[in-house]
Amino acid sequence: MMAAPAVPKSWYLPSKPHKFCPGCGHGIVLKALGEVIDELDIQNDTIFGCDIGCSLLSWDFFNCDSTQTHHGRTTPVMVGIKRARPELVCIGYMGDGGGYSIGSQHLLNSAVRNEKITLILVNNTNYGMTGGQMAPTTLPGQKTETSPFGRDPQLTGYPTMGPEFLAELTSEGAFIARATVSKYRQLKKHLKNAIINQMEGNGFSFVEVLSTCPTNWKTNAQQTWAFLEDQMEKQFPVGEFKSPWGKGVK
Amino acid sequence: MGKIIGEPKKAFITGNEAVAWACLVSGAEIMFGYPITPQNEVMHYWTRLAPKYDRRFLQTEDELSAGFTTCGAVQSGVKAFTATAGPGNVLMQEPFGMAEAMRLPLVAMIQQRGGPSSGTVIYSQQEVTLTTFGGNGEGHRIVYSTSGHQEIYDYLIKAFNVAWKYRFPVFVLGDGYQAKMREPLEMYDPEDHGIELVKPYPLIGLGGKIGEEREPSHLCNIYSMEEELYDVVMKMAAEYEAITPQLMEWEEEFCEDADILIVSHGVVARAAYDAVKALRSQGIKAAYFRPISLRPFPAQQLRDAIAKSGAKKMLVAESAYGQFERLLKQEIYGETIKIEHLFMPGVGIIDYDVIEKVKSIL
Repeated sequence: MMAAPAVPKSWYLPSKPHKFCPGCGHGIVLKALGEVIDELDIQNDTIFGCDIGCSLLSWDFFNCDSTQTHHGRTTPVMVGIKRARPELVCIGYMGDGGGYSIGSQHLLNSAVRNEKITLILVNNTNYGMTGGQMAPTTLPGQKTETSPFGRDPQLTGYPTMGPEFLAELTSEGAFIARATVSKYRQLKKHLKNAIINQMEGNGFSFVEVLSTCPTNWKTNAQQTWAFLEDQMEKQFPVGEFKSPWGKGVK
Repeated sequence: MGKIIGEPKKAFITGNEAVAWACLVSGAEIMFGYPITPQNEVMHYWTRLAPKYDRRFLQTEDELSAGFTTCGAVQSGVKAFTATAGPGNVLMQEPFGMAEAMRLPLVAMIQQRGGPSSGTVIYSQQEVTLTTFGGNGEGHRIVYSTSGHQEIYDYLIKAFNVAWKYRFPVFVLGDGYQAKMREPLEMYDPEDHGIELVKPYPLIGLGGKIGEEREPSHLCNIYSMEEELYDVVMKMAAEYEAITPQLMEWEEEFCEDADILIVSHGVVARAAYDAVKALRSQGIKAAYFRPISLRPFPAQQLRDAIAKSGAKKMLVAESAYGQFERLLKQEIYGETIKIEHLFMPGVGIIDYDVIEKVKSIL
């Protein structure tokens, strides 16, 4: 008999199987996050806040307390909870549209204020839930429903480089990284550090995760992985951008 | 910690200062705010008072954030509030909508200023529609329209209690005149006045071992099926309607016998009251009616006042172009009393304005 795949203890089983499209990267991010919650033993202290967009499907994903907010507004809701109850571990989960576009003022200002929260932003280069429109992270030339002939940087600029600008904005104590679902161990390490950083009270913690969206990219499995590894990772370098511990210490 | 006020004391302060004191004695732990006139001094007083009582403040990046941080704080079980006005009230309709949908005990002080858009920075009654029915919802919220500093103090204490008792967002609707002028009021400790403060409780971050001692608390704010949302809204409507008898507040005088019934709200009601007394002294049978709660609206009480007074005419006076009158008309649909109005959008109304108007229509 085949053993059942290991499921993080912090997953909420009645909501499984999850509701993301086949081939979507969200499941990988949430698996890594679940394992981190287990390893840090913070299931009872975690508040998981999810944005609107595909990330909203994770509202009952964990066996943790959670809240569903508005598009772009997960950051201030997490800030409000953390300011009111600093002992809680507040994790905001959002997409690239929610974080870099409609909620960018919250992201930027909470980073400047060094809010002691952890934000995970899943970058799949488009607005998935609404049907594949151009996002701040859409690659130059990439076709979406609102850039049907390819994103023209002369008209709509270049992709938003989140961790790069957040690393510049934040003060000491912040943890800023970019991960990808194609490198699971690195993804999990960054997520773990981003939560430990909050628990230690050092500062703002942010991880962008490059992820896949075969439904809206209209790609098969091979093309999906190729787009992630060959194109996205070229545009968006993965790694640690800022850490209170110095590179590679933790 | 000792009492904040101790013996009740007379104070001569601005309305914005009264807001800060009222929130303090109500047990508010944290305020989130963003600068906008005419509510700024709420933050100015709060930031000076709060540290003395171990309370906190965060100046957010905008009103969206001030509203949503307040939503987050109350979800975690802490009494929290915000204050805003005008375009800030527009932006806050988004978080206020979330508070409505998720039944969050959010409290907000709205100091109305002139509109549309940036308008003027001090006074109007032009945020009635926005505050009562703003957002993409059904207006399941509680709105008290105050007429002066004592009421600002009293109704903010009530706002926190009502919010945490019933879990609907509560708005205290003032204006820049009330915000900025100084007048006397009595400040007191609510519990010395026999007002029991309703204790806050968390909706998330409940403690205990999840999965062993309790289920996780998953707060939902988006529904996959139309029927799911239908059930949520119908339940909300039923619960709101069930508590409306306890929430309705109004004032009336001379309604036993009158030719004209003068209806107003907020600070305009003070001018209307003076006008009614002056008209009475001149032999004109005027009556005074003032809804204090605009949501829910004391409709039956107004219908009763119309019936028992025998008045043939009603005068609606407001510092807006009919926002209050529209609310009133929909609430007393079917009444045949002739409704006249004195609309002075964005400017103050004094007793003389009301008296002149009454004389011109009687």
